Amino acid sequence: MSTGNPFAEGTEDIARKRLIGRAFVAICFASTLVGIVALVALIADVLVESWGWVTWEFLTYPPSQVIENFLPGGRGAGIYPALVGSIFLIALTAVFTVFLGVGAAVYLEEYASENRLTSFIEANIANLAGVPSIVYGLLGLAIFVRSVQLGSSLIAGALTLTLLILPIVIVSTQEALRSVPDSQRQAAYGVGATQWQVIRDVVLPRALPGIMTGTILSLSRAIGETAPILMVGAATSLFVAPDGLTAPFSAMPMMIFEWASRPDPEFQHVAAAGIVVLLTILLLMNAVAILIRNRYDPRS
Amino acid sequence: MNTNGGGPRTVSKPKVSDDETSSAVAGDERRSGSRVVDPVIESRDLDVYYGDDQALHGIDMDIPERQVTALIGPSGCGKSTFLRSINRMNDLIDIARVEGDLRFHGKNVYDDDVDPVALRRKIGMVFQKPNPFPKSIYDNVAYGLRVQGKDVDVDEQVHTALERAALLDEVEDQLDSSGLDLSGGQQQRLCIARAIAPDPEVILMDEPASALDPVATSKIEDLVEELAESYTVVIVTHNMQQAARISDKTAVFLTGGHLVEFDDTNKIFENPESDRVEDYITGKFG
Repeated sequence: MSTGNPFAEGTEDIARKRLIGRAFVAICFASTLVGIVALVALIADVLVESWGWVTWEFLTYPPSQVIENFLPGGRGAGIYPALVGSIFLIALTAVFTVFLGVGAAVYLEEYASENRLTSFIEANIANLAGVPSIVYGLLGLAIFVRSVQLGSSLIAGALTLTLLILPIVIVSTQEALRSVPDSQRQAAYGVGATQWQVIRDVVLPRALPGIMTGTILSLSRAIGETAPILMVGAATSLFVAPDGLTAPFSAMPMMIFEWASRPDPEFQHVAAAGIVVLLTILLLMNAVAILIRNRYDPRS
Repeated sequence: MNTNGGGPRTVSKPKVSDDETSSAVAGDERRSGSRVVDPVIESRDLDVYYGDDQALHGIDMDIPERQVTALIGPSGCGKSTFLRSINRMNDLIDIARVEGDLRFHGKNVYDDDVDPVALRRKIGMVFQKPNPFPKSIYDNVAYGLRVQGKDVDVDEQVHTALERAALLDEVEDQLDSSGLDLSGGQQQRLCIARAIAPDPEVILMDEPASALDPVATSKIEDLVEELAESYTVVIVTHNMQQAARISDKTAVFLTGGHLVEFDDTNKIFENPESDRVEDYITGKFG
């Protein structure tokens, strides 16, 4: 027997496999990089375009057809009605979605018996999450604007956006409810709790961070949607913020779309400024979602 | 057989039973094994099915009051299923179906007029893995009292339950901290305190020490023996030594959901009727 390295055998094979492993890491890293670079490029481009255009006046004045009004020294013009419109729109949508979405998910997950009908319904809800938003816009136009005769109003827009994100909220809430360990439910049943008490005291508190995260992420999708509110008839030339549920409204994505389609190249800066405001609100909402998840996670 | 050291017991009786005299001497006589006690729970020809699979076959068993009844047997023998059919936890499984009688003080708990929630208020349960709620220690113990809306001094009941569960000394200063911050053994004693706080008559334990280290296990075992002064305890265990140490009666379930032998623990471990039970207990299979 040789007195050499007892592990010498097979080292070449190990080295080759390790090389494959390194190549795999490189591919994964490159994939990550593509996403990050695209995002950074997008944000950098928007920031450069909008530099100096996002001012206090931009946030507090109604839009204008004249580019000089957006500039310092002009009469002041901006995104105010659309900003307030978007916030109202999302607040209303949040109220509708939380009640309908969480209610439906609790029913499907906790109460409905497992049969073909419920699995059919659940499969369809998952499919609805993939329906293009323009279809929801048409639905909102047909139902809320025309049939229920709400007109092109704030509430019609909010209800349409609710329909749009409801499937996502239901599915993510179901996931959150499903992740509550059965041992927790059994512990509550074991001391003589009724089903309602189990859901109220054990299941919902435990699922709350997941429910909130899913809901807020869905809402931040809704706030950026243009197609549905375009169909419902959001305005682009409003000079006041909506003052009631049935008031006409404007929303930021509509406003940005309008500015971006102007022939005057200067308006591209205005559109970029609008995007910065929209992105800021989006990021704020996502930050709140993360905070809530960390803060109210009962396990932490 | 008697492993509890004979120290002074300060456990107060939570309720006055009909036969106060027999329980007053229970401490000494419990382990004699010959005394006839009225059964709290009677199982008569009980079958349990999961879908098309029959998990229990015609179980007949009388579980005596204020004693420890151990259910032992290999995995999949139906001992946990039997335990869970006593407080109708099997109701939570959609495909579970029960036939036959399971009587609590003579009343079949599967009768239409029995509310499983009311049943579970009489029969507490402790599970295999400690499952405290992500709430404070105090709120964990108080939970049963709160859901049952009992008109009692919650503070006092919580303290009594923690004391009976031999946990009060360790947590008295941190009742507001989370139950999840406790060690595994403490969590399980917290779960026992939660189960006994609403003062049930029976406590079902499903392998309560199987996830714990030996020291924590021996604490739970001591506790089980003390609880039997006040409560009827039915305990599922994988551990035959544990059954021998702490139980008065032992039921041996063998494969396929059959109750093979049910007798005084001494008898089962020293001189079982069935050869299969002897083989199982001596470790020839299982």
